[in-house]
Amino acid sequence: MEIGLNHYLVLSTILFAIGLVGVMRRKNLLLLFFATEILLNSVNIAFAAISHYYGDLTGQMFAFFVIAIAASEVAVGLGLLIVWYKRHGNIDLDTMSTMRG
Amino acid sequence: MEIYLYLALFSPLVGSLFAALFTTKSKTLVAGVVPSLLLFTSFVSSSILLVHILNGGAPVHVEMMTWMATGDLYIPFGFVVDQVSVTMMMVVTIVSTVVHVYSIGYMDHDKSFNRFFAWLSAFVFSMLILVMSDNYAGLFIGWEGVGLCSWGLIGFWFHKESASWAANEAFIMNRIADLGMLIGIFLVYWNTGSLQYDHVFEAFKGLDVDTLALIGIFLFIGAMGKSAQFPLHTWLADAMEGPTPVSALIHAATMVTAGVYLVVRSNELYSLIPEIGLFIASLGAFVAIFAASMALVNRDMKRIIAYSTLSQLGYMFAAAGLGAYWVALFHLMAHAFFKALLFLGAGNVMHAMHDELDPFKMGGLGKTMKATMVMMTLASVALAGLFPLAGFFSKDAILEAAFVEHHYVIYSVLLFTAGLTAFYSFRLVALIFHGEERYTLFGIHPHEAYKFMLVAMSPLLLLAIIAGSLKMTYFEMVTAILPDIEYHIHSHVTFWIMTIGTQLFVVIAILYAYKKYTTIGMNVPDGTSETENTFMYKLLKNQYYIPYAYDEYIVKPYTKLSALFWTEIDQKVVDATVDGIAGVIYDSGEQTRDMQDGNLSTMLRWMVIGTIALLILAVMFGLTARYAHVLG
Repeated sequence: MEIGLNHYLVLSTILFAIGLVGVMRRKNLLLLFFATEILLNSVNIAFAAISHYYGDLTGQMFAFFVIAIAASEVAVGLGLLIVWYKRHGNIDLDTMSTMRG
Repeated sequence: MEIYLYLALFSPLVGSLFAALFTTKSKTLVAGVVPSLLLFTSFVSSSILLVHILNGGAPVHVEMMTWMATGDLYIPFGFVVDQVSVTMMMVVTIVSTVVHVYSIGYMDHDKSFNRFFAWLSAFVFSMLILVMSDNYAGLFIGWEGVGLCSWGLIGFWFHKESASWAANEAFIMNRIADLGMLIGIFLVYWNTGSLQYDHVFEAFKGLDVDTLALIGIFLFIGAMGKSAQFPLHTWLADAMEGPTPVSALIHAATMVTAGVYLVVRSNELYSLIPEIGLFIASLGAFVAIFAASMALVNRDMKRIIAYSTLSQLGYMFAAAGLGAYWVALFHLMAHAFFKALLFLGAGNVMHAMHDELDPFKMGGLGKTMKATMVMMTLASVALAGLFPLAGFFSKDAILEAAFVEHHYVIYSVLLFTAGLTAFYSFRLVALIFHGEERYTLFGIHPHEAYKFMLVAMSPLLLLAIIAGSLKMTYFEMVTAILPDIEYHIHSHVTFWIMTIGTQLFVVIAILYAYKKYTTIGMNVPDGTSETENTFMYKLLKNQYYIPYAYDEYIVKPYTKLSALFWTEIDQKVVDATVDGIAGVIYDSGEQTRDMQDGNLSTMLRWMVIGTIALLILAVMFGLTARYAHVLG
């Protein structure tokens, strides 16, 4: 069986679902970052696959942009995370409720 | 000439604003003197304009500035001084100058002295706008302005319940009539595309009679309100709650004549619809006798004079309705002089009697108040229409007009009313100035008014005496723009019989009044005598039960209806709806505040739910757009 566009899209959807559940359920901030990465990369897969399908490089370029932005986002995010851990001694999401209205 | 027009028009406004500066201060003499001087300026300017017009000068027409200009609608602040408006300007400025000077004395002890002059001058300004405007819109502004100032002056002593009630009554009743007036003005604009008198009157000639009749009726409804014609007449008698100079200026000489002025000004309209004219004349004749009959038994000095005003307004409308516009305007002028004089005299009497209004409690005042007595007697003679005073010429002209036009019913009603007029006027004079000194019972020591007040009144006295001799000069002037029908009775014999007959009738009425009310030991009405228990007497005393009927059948049901609407509709529907909307928003806020618990995890979940909801919406819209042609 040849691997076609649909397979890639299904893979992308499954990864996106996994990422989404992770974002919703995880309480550990680090794991939340993982989930976000999965979300972003599921989209990257879809971009690359569709780009290949249409023979248009724009989608792959977009995927590179996404990777670049994701990398900088994780860099900033991890920096904040370390500062938080030094101050509070944990990275549990439920303790971060200083914005309670 | 334009400068005189502006001077005449705006001096009273400056005076009013000047006096208004002092309204919160205690009595300042300058707040009364300056408006009076400015009014005198206005009077002098009007006289210069009058001389200009009398010498055959062209009417002065200015367009001060544009007021409204949108699309086809163009209304300027335009003013015109022609033969008709200059007559009105003279009447207004003479009477108001006299009243201003008089008021300086009359309001001497009033703590709101300054406010009084602010209102009074503002009134004169509005009245001048009304008579000088060259279009219906400007006339309407003046019309509303005099209504407002009249409200402020009737309710001048607003701490008195009855005064503020009367002020509101006058204002509301005028509002009812003004609605008719406004509809009339809209109809004029709708059918002619303009409100400028000259354009409008030109365009009227091309309209069909039904439209003209409709316009005529609605404009006349406005006139009925301002001039207190039946059935909108009750406010005028109640308006006597205001200070007496106000009654003299507004509710006798000027404002109430605005309705007559409107009909005279629109004479080209009413000439085209003689049926409406006949209705106006009949209503006028009816009001003349109706009001005169109520004056016969009244026991309030000012109300008697007010009813007499009402009756004379009826005369004016009778003349205007029959097409004798110049006669109507002439009677308006003559009436303004002697009626203002009569009211100012009544003011003197009121001061002397410490605000007592019942003439049955006076009597014999002629000994202490000679000057006032002479003035009031002469004013009453003029009002009764005895030769050679002003009233004789103007009233006789109205009677002749009715006779010549073959409206014998109107003629006989007006003739009979002339007798009634003479009777009630001299009943008043006899009760106040002659006979027993009944006031001694009440421990009052009457005194004559200030000298300068009497001097201020003298121009009116002079005019009340000589105005009649100006008749022909006046006739030649106004007939340049009004229909110049001279009413001559063809047969000399008929003419002399009529004139002498009328005079005799009036003299007999006067003598009867004197005899009845100066006899020693006269019965003061106390509800016991036989006459007082007859049906007619009660009917007249209660003003035909009209105020009672208005109160019972209009005011009370309306109050009940309003209360019902308040509790049932306003509170239960309108308020409930508004409160309900606010309640829903509050509740939803209360319910959803849990979403904002500051927990990142929860927020993320909400974000996902929101994203999904938006996604579903996007898909649904996409599908609808995609299959729109299939669905229809």
